[in-house]
Amino acid sequence: MSTIHPTALVQPLASDGPPTLAKQARTQNGHRPARTEPAAVRIALTLIALAFLGLFIGLPLLLVFVEAFKRGFAAYVAALSDPDALAAIRLTLLVAAISVTANVIFGLVASWAIAKFEFAGKSLLITLIDLPFSVSPVVAGLIYVLLFGSQGLLAAPLQAWDIKIIFALPGIVLATIFVTFPFVARELIPLMQDQGTAEEEAAISLGASGFSTFFRVTLPNVKWALLYGVLLCNARAMGEFGAVSVVSGHVRGLTNTMPLHIEILYNEYQFGASFAVASLLALLALVTLIAKTILESRLAEEEPR
Amino acid sequence: MSARFPFSRLAAAATLSLSLAAAPALAAEVTLLNVSYDPTREFYGAFNKAFAAQLAKDAPGTTLTVRQSHGGSGKQARSVIDGLEADVVTLALAYDIDAIAARGLLAADWQKRLPDNAAPYTSTIVFLVRKGNPKGIKDWNDLIKPGIKVVTPNPKTSGGARWNYLAAWGYALKHNGGDEAKAKAFVAALFKNAPVLDTGARGSTVTFVERGIGDVLIAWENEAYLSINELGPDKFDIITPSLSILAEPPVAVVDKVVDKRGTRAVAEAYLKYLYTPEGQEIAAKNYYRPRDPAIAAKYKDKFAPVELFTIDQVFGGWTKAQKTHFSDGGVFDQIYSN
Repeated sequence: MSTIHPTALVQPLASDGPPTLAKQARTQNGHRPARTEPAAVRIALTLIALAFLGLFIGLPLLLVFVEAFKRGFAAYVAALSDPDALAAIRLTLLVAAISVTANVIFGLVASWAIAKFEFAGKSLLITLIDLPFSVSPVVAGLIYVLLFGSQGLLAAPLQAWDIKIIFALPGIVLATIFVTFPFVARELIPLMQDQGTAEEEAAISLGASGFSTFFRVTLPNVKWALLYGVLLCNARAMGEFGAVSVVSGHVRGLTNTMPLHIEILYNEYQFGASFAVASLLALLALVTLIAKTILESRLAEEEPR
Repeated sequence: MSARFPFSRLAAAATLSLSLAAAPALAAEVTLLNVSYDPTREFYGAFNKAFAAQLAKDAPGTTLTVRQSHGGSGKQARSVIDGLEADVVTLALAYDIDAIAARGLLAADWQKRLPDNAAPYTSTIVFLVRKGNPKGIKDWNDLIKPGIKVVTPNPKTSGGARWNYLAAWGYALKHNGGDEAKAKAFVAALFKNAPVLDTGARGSTVTFVERGIGDVLIAWENEAYLSINELGPDKFDIITPSLSILAEPPVAVVDKVVDKRGTRAVAEAYLKYLYTPEGQEIAAKNYYRPRDPAIAAKYKDKFAPVELFTIDQVFGGWTKAQKTHFSDGGVFDQIYSN
């Protein structure tokens, strides 16, 4: 590309009117405002974006809460304190806690290995981590049925030991771990690769053991990204429907998570109760969103490098 | 025990204690899993309470928790086959329990172990129309008129839809002197009026009731009453056709599971309780037609009289009907792809 004389770039600005001090300051720095569109276009585009967001995200979210409280606060509390609803909430929290823990451990180990070391099969591992993003959750659930179901591949040993995997907690946890697999690792790998191995090498040359290098150098460097990954992972774990639906068995008060419970209530014409539980799930999502925003600003602060 | 104790209750208690006596060491806390189909939730909710109370009376110190799982009948059968540990299954049609029996989970003659083909209550197929019946739908032949939009689920995936299909077929056969070709043309015309097929009965109800699509919903009688009750009698009417099919939703104990869990006695007592006057009354209150003549007489105003035929009479049983009509390349595939 041919070089353009700086004044040519300033040209369009001049037509806006006499250059202000601020504009002069920018042009002297070699910067200029990135936009050249007239104000009307900018406002129109912003309005379209806002209207779209409002109509397709804001309004439905609002409706969830409106429907939830339509029959009054007492009905709302009654819907949430129903034994089956409580069991669903408990199960959802338990499943999320287990799968997030598992994925933190796996994510840290995998991203550490991938970012700091060279080994055979590394690109295969990266591809495998991404697999859950490309496989439909329903298929993921079916895989576990084919594997652990009583007509499945591992049916005989499981029956001999009387171990229940699908239609019980282990199956639901497995399906959830599968779909939330990439979140922590995907967050950590680029950051760790970016940071390189210089600090770890320094620590080791100063006599630190492998463990203390990991806990005092590597981990503190990625803690905000890790938290961010945990947050995303947790949000998905609590909201997962498809994979869990296949392996749940839908036993009320036992193997229904919150999303499954919401569907059941809706199908049984209990719209108020269904939206009440949905509002709780939406509330959890909003908390996640706020935490995410805070974390993002922390991340931005820590990474001016 | 007082002499005025009703005989029926006595009989039920006797049955219960007899079957419970067979289990020498009955745990104080028993759980049963009843895997059922979609529209039985309210019914079994009430029934489970009544049975638990009866059990507590007959076997003091026993507390029973019955857990429920509901879904499309075929899907539920699939889950039991894949290892969902159901002590009892209460599904929409015998074919689905046959499928479980075919995997060796219960005896092949399960349908002979309880009275009335192991179906303690029955239902039939009726029409749900918009209030005031604006399209004047009175019988099956009104459904094939041009411009009528019919809502029914897909017979490939829904047990209820298969009852719908077979009911229409039976009607057409009767009105065409048993001519199979004419019956086929009739059902083909009916499905031409049904542009959208949901996968399950509840899905179709939601399509008709919530989304306001269609002029008539072909539905289970109990499902039709349920939706009227839940969503307002001012919006819909139930039309009972002149002829329909006797739907017999069967129940069975899953042998493999109860023997493993040691719950056979309670599970058998549970299903037998469905046949007692108490069980029959709860069924009638939840819009299932009771078998017991006394209870049926008591609730006769609730159910419109309708001439009913059975699947055995017209189609030679479920296995045959399934093979002829709903297997891949069967009659339904032929008429629906055209």
